[in-house]
Amino acid sequence: MVKILNKQVLATGIKRFELDAPEIAWRAQPGQFVVLRVNEEGERIPLTVADTRPEEGVLVIVFQEVGKSTALLGTLEPGDAIMDLIGPLGKPTEIERFGTVVCVAGGVGTPEIYPVTRALRQAGNKVISIIGFRNKDLILMEEEMRRVSDELIVATDDGSNGNKGLVTDMLQQVIYRGEKIDRCFAVGPVIMMKMVSLLTKKYSIPTIVSLNPIMLDATGMCGVCRVEVGGETKFACVDGPEFDGHKVNFDLLMARLKTYVKEERQAMEIFLKSRNENCRCANRKEK
Amino acid sequence: MAKVNPRRTPMKEQLPQERRRNFDEVPYGYTPEEAISEAQRCLQCKKPSCVNGCPVQVDIPGFIAQIAQGAFWEAMKIMKRTNVLPAICGRVCPQEIQCEGACILGKKMEPVAIGNLERFIADWEAMQSECVMCEIQPATGKKVAVIGAGPAGLTVAGDLRKLGHDVTIFEALHKPGGVLMYGIPEFRLPKAVVEREVNFLLSMGVRLNLNYVVGKLKTVDDLLEEFDAVFIGTGAGLPLFMNIPGENSLGIYSANEYLTRSNLMKAYLFPRYDTPIVRGRHVAVIGGGNVAMDAARTALRLGTERSILIYRRSRDEMPARAAEIHHAEEEGVEFQLLTNPVRYIVKDDGWVQEVECIRMELGEPDASGRRRPVPIPGSEFRIPVDTVVVAIGNSPNPLIPQTTPGLETTRWGTIVIDPMTGRTTKKGVFAGGDIVTGAATVILAMGAGRVAAQSIEEYLRTGKWDEIKK
Ligand SMILES: Cc1cc2nc3c(=O)[nH]c(=O)nc-3n(C[C@H](O)[C@H](O)[C@H](O)COP(=O)(O)OP(=O)(O)OC[C@H]3O[C@@H](n4cnc5c(N)ncnc54)[C@H](O)[C@@H]3O)c2cc1C
Ligand SMILES: Cc1cc2nc3c(=O)[nH]c(=O)nc-3n(C[C@H](O)[C@H](O)[C@H](O)COP(=O)(O)OP(=O)(O)OC[C@H]3O[C@@H](n4cnc5c(N)ncnc54)[C@H](O)[C@@H]3O)c2cc1C
Ligand code: SF4
Ligand code: SF4
Ligand code: FES
Repeated sequence: MVKILNKQVLATGIKRFELDAPEIAWRAQPGQFVVLRVNEEGERIPLTVADTRPEEGVLVIVFQEVGKSTALLGTLEPGDAIMDLIGPLGKPTEIERFGTVVCVAGGVGTPEIYPVTRALRQAGNKVISIIGFRNKDLILMEEEMRRVSDELIVATDDGSNGNKGLVTDMLQQVIYRGEKIDRCFAVGPVIMMKMVSLLTKKYSIPTIVSLNPIMLDATGMCGVCRVEVGGETKFACVDGPEFDGHKVNFDLLMARLKTYVKEERQAMEIFLKSRNENCRCANRKEK
Repeated sequence: MAKVNPRRTPMKEQLPQERRRNFDEVPYGYTPEEAISEAQRCLQCKKPSCVNGCPVQVDIPGFIAQIAQGAFWEAMKIMKRTNVLPAICGRVCPQEIQCEGACILGKKMEPVAIGNLERFIADWEAMQSECVMCEIQPATGKKVAVIGAGPAGLTVAGDLRKLGHDVTIFEALHKPGGVLMYGIPEFRLPKAVVEREVNFLLSMGVRLNLNYVVGKLKTVDDLLEEFDAVFIGTGAGLPLFMNIPGENSLGIYSANEYLTRSNLMKAYLFPRYDTPIVRGRHVAVIGGGNVAMDAARTALRLGTERSILIYRRSRDEMPARAAEIHHAEEEGVEFQLLTNPVRYIVKDDGWVQEVECIRMELGEPDASGRRRPVPIPGSEFRIPVDTVVVAIGNSPNPLIPQTTPGLETTRWGTIVIDPMTGRTTKKGVFAGGDIVTGAATVILAMGAGRVAAQSIEEYLRTGKWDEIKK
């Protein structure tokens, strides 16, 4: 059992947990993830290590409530415990002094790219970060990202923060103004990572993306996380999750993520119904 | 000599038409009367050939003689001397090519049902309020780390604990048992049986760390600082695919994924359990081993209309246990023998729609001595499917070799050991089971564990380490 030490709501449906997981916190490196299972009936869901404080034994995760498992996780409170936590998994990000790097994130990709951004800065890179959200109420971790970047651009789809556009538009501007970019990192929705990769390919900017296929064991045993990179089948949990964005077959990844839409909807409906029936949490404060 | 009944005492089973739709265990087990009458068929040979057929050399006439007299407790004591997991072996060993295949009775009539008897006493013991505790030697102060809680690791842990060592198992998944837990289905090996056997080890004082991926948390080198010896029993790794067009489309599973969802995650109980599984109408399973049989029979239990097994050789070459092939057939699995898939036809939305196959014929024997299947040109045909399970094997788990300098592997990725001792190329590190042999059997993994445990004991006592000769 792993205890939840602290809980924060970062934006609607996006929560940040601090977990008591000293051994994993000690070992985890930027780009790695954990797998957790809330209870005996729960599925194993992968979440990126958003931060660690090894001396205190703290591991941070940030997740968006998109279905039953993440919604259930979101109902837990400090003092509650998660049944299983496994990690750190996957290969760490390759951190080097590349020169000028751009870190691009969309939505809940922001907390995922945060430790990578910080490590890149510490390694002596000039870091330009671009983070995008649907609207200004969904903006996450702006201050944290500003602290670890030389320049931070925050964009919203609807312009409600005064800077309208997609992260690709912002990236295009940075390229236009003549910035020589040595490497780009992108984390976020698959479609966003695809668009970023298409753009950087035009300018031959090496681009690393962090893929999020469906996973099960996440230890390299089941093969569900297979993705196509450069025409070859790779297993994201052990060969990744980061890959060369110019070689990833994003369309296949998007299709495979839809394998269980029917079951996911069913699980969510049952969950919401039982939650309403039990009602005690129906009008609890989420702020 | 009293006349021996030529036929073995049958074990009652669920009827095929009922069991094909539920996950309950297929055979019910012997009653004490049935067990005694079966045990009485054993000739108590002076030189029992059956024992040589058993990879761990269970004292078969010894334990059977006790059953014949109704002394079940004594029988269990004899069993546990050589086999700590009898409830499991009795259910899953390929007895027809091991102990029972070597039984002298088999020359003229049906061999003694050794597996059934083994299962019987183990289940009988579980019903008693006490269990046959193995004696534990006084503490030695030596610490051993065991990586992987599959049959190999569990055997090493049990053997070394009995000798008084302090044993800690590290297991990557959230449940112990390895393939016994995530691979072999409930209807063939109830998970409660696996839990019972693991609990027995825990009651002996073996420590178990679940959710612990060695190589990602601590490495083998880290463990060697804390422990006097390390055993690696990490088993199978990534599933093999055929690399034919369309294999990554939706609805195509590896057997490991399909079975892990169903067994470990209990997806057959979805939505009570959260992990989903596709309940296809037409399921094709590729392969002819135990894994393929398990997948094909699981598909039936998930409610499929047709469960079709596609195998490239003929029935005689199928590596699965005879009992599993028989059960699968009874339950209505359709066999497409001498057939091999060549590609998948995929719908616009990414789901598999048909599998295109080609007929095969058997040619000259290959390196394995089996006749090699060769495609018959122009014989392509298609089978409509919405789910496919590829059960053609696994590569060895790469995590430990990748993170352990000095640990040599073969070009197939299996760990190099000295088979007489289980020693690897790294001092203080031993290995056994599927990670050494590639996919094999439960009892071979246990046998390897037994060998390793003996040489670990010797190493702990003497500190002597001979480099393995290559
Ligand atoms: C390596 C890795 C790291 C991840 N890190 C984070 C993280 O830090 N924060 C976070 O919020 N999410 C992260 N994810 C995604 C997260 O695992 C899924 O959102 C979660 O499993 C969904 O479970 P659910 O039952 O709540 O939703 P489901 O009901 O399973 O799914 C609801 C919706 O989410 C989509 N979905 C399902 N699985 C995934 C997936 N693996 N990735 C993306 N979308 C998915 C489905 O297509 C569906 O539309 C990560 C995924 C991977 C593989
Ligand atoms: C579906 C199926 C059906 C089968 N049917 C039969 C049968 O009927 N009869 C028979 O005799 N055999 C059968 N087998 C084969 C048999 O199960 C295996 O040969 C046997 O389980 C191998 O045992 P093992 O201990 O070597 O490895 P495994 O059982 O594979 O166990 C290895 C364990 O190590 C863990 N692990 C891996 N890496 C790490 C790490 N880095 N850190 C910590 N832990 C780790 C794994 O999670 C796993 O629990 C079957 C196999 C399958 C898949
Ligand atoms: S362990 Fe397996 S091979 Fe040995 S006697 Fe028992 S069933 Fe037969
Ligand atoms: S060979 Fe057969 S008959 Fe002889 S001891 Fe073994 S089981 Fe009994
Ligand atoms: S999640 Fe099972 S192999 Fe990657």
